[in-house]
Amino acid sequence: MSELKQTFNSSLGKKLIMALTGLFLSLFLIVHLGGNLLLFSNDDGYSFNMYANFLTHFPPIEVIAYLLYLAIIVHAIYALVLTIKNRKARSVGYAVATKSPVSFSSKNMGLLGSILLVFIVIHMGDFWYKYKFTHDVGYKEYRTDITSGERTVTDFKPEKPDFEHSLSYADNTEITRVKDIHSRVANSFSILWYVVIYVIAMVALSFHLLHGFESAFRTFGWVHRKYLPIIKFVGVWLFAVIIPLGFAAMPIVYYLQSLK
Amino acid sequence: MSNANGTMNLTLKVWRQKNAQTDGKFVTYKAENISPDMSFLEMLDVVNESLIHAKGEPIHFDHDCREGICGMCSLYINGRPHGPKRAITTCQLHMRSFTDGETITIEPWRAAAFPVVKDLAVDRSAFDRIQQAGGYISVNTGGVPDANEIPIPKVIADEAFNSATCIQCGACVAACKNASAMLFVSAKINQLALLPQGQPERYRRVQTMVAQMDHEGFGSCTNTGACEAECPKEITLTNIARMNFDFFSAKLFREEEVQEIDNN
Repeated sequence: MSELKQTFNSSLGKKLIMALTGLFLSLFLIVHLGGNLLLFSNDDGYSFNMYANFLTHFPPIEVIAYLLYLAIIVHAIYALVLTIKNRKARSVGYAVATKSPVSFSSKNMGLLGSILLVFIVIHMGDFWYKYKFTHDVGYKEYRTDITSGERTVTDFKPEKPDFEHSLSYADNTEITRVKDIHSRVANSFSILWYVVIYVIAMVALSFHLLHGFESAFRTFGWVHRKYLPIIKFVGVWLFAVIIPLGFAAMPIVYYLQSLK
Repeated sequence: MSNANGTMNLTLKVWRQKNAQTDGKFVTYKAENISPDMSFLEMLDVVNESLIHAKGEPIHFDHDCREGICGMCSLYINGRPHGPKRAITTCQLHMRSFTDGETITIEPWRAAAFPVVKDLAVDRSAFDRIQQAGGYISVNTGGVPDANEIPIPKVIADEAFNSATCIQCGACVAACKNASAMLFVSAKINQLALLPQGQPERYRRVQTMVAQMDHEGFGSCTNTGACEAECPKEITLTNIARMNFDFFSAKLFREEEVQEIDNN
């Protein structure tokens, strides 16, 4: 067995892979939340649709996106491999459940991660897959008056079904035709059970990262009296509070708006 | 706490298993007229005495020094290794920590790498093999060196000493939901890696000891911290982080160490 293979097959090496992929996915969440805050801009989905269009047509982002999908798969597979190995390490269990004082998160990372994996499949199936591989997503035409900046929006039906987007100018007006993922989002978030799934998943995300972010640094061995409090602070407030709250706010706000 | 007579009556659910090949089961015993000042092991001695008088097989359990330093006693008591108190071994646990009439469930350490020998005694020789894989320093014997010949900062010496207080009892493995031995292994690595005498073999040691740990079939660490909470010597999780750092340094960045391992 080659040296590197041996390294990553060891118990510590497998944990290193979990930590690296986990932190990469955490970093992605920051970008994902930042971009998706455009859902809150009141412009009939213009900026959100343009953003989605940019993400799917800018090659470097596409490369990172496929790395991201790979990271999700590797993180899940290694979690499964490690869990099976850990179960084997205690073939006969205890009759009395443990009463050791440990956090809920750290004991239930597998369960929380499984909830998130199911959520990712639903989430990507509904938006990413339909956006990229089907013709289920409609189109919008945005006409912006260049001098006044006033924008009107209409539905748009392209002649060819694999139309992506176009930008043209006519009569001092900028005409943008783009796939309308925004309506798809608004539509999904007007369904109550769908919103509930999102909120449950974000609660799971919160608890998963509450332990996961700090744990990744511990796995690297970056535990230091000076820096650990910073890592803990970022892990708790940014990754376990702000990010899940920000994501959960989107379906909730859209659902409340759909009631009006 | 005790009853009006100043003694305690307890119900014990004890794991009885003939040997590693047979299945075990819980057997219920009454422990009567127990003094609250007895240690947990003395209470078991009393139960065993009555078992012997009744021509029964006494309950087998590991013990030696009975003063919390040898690491021989074990016992998973009511869901916690070494019982409900912090930072003590089972032999230092007194019956006043329980209440009169209580039912106490006693199980052996549960880990695939710690097979049951008989009843509550488990085979912890996996720890010895991990130690033999690199938990030592190679020095030439000679004249006695002068005291303080090698300067070591006090904080570092203290940290190394804290790691060195590990008594190899295995409570970390018993407490861990993954039956991971990483707290033990990391303590044994760090007690040497922190000090100048441990440097020549530092990166080799971490690789060979971790390899032996994996070979013995222990689980891996999820940084849950049950080990730290249950360790009778309060070995900290920081040890695991230190070990990880040394391991990755050795595996990924230290060319000469990698070659040395390959040549063996």
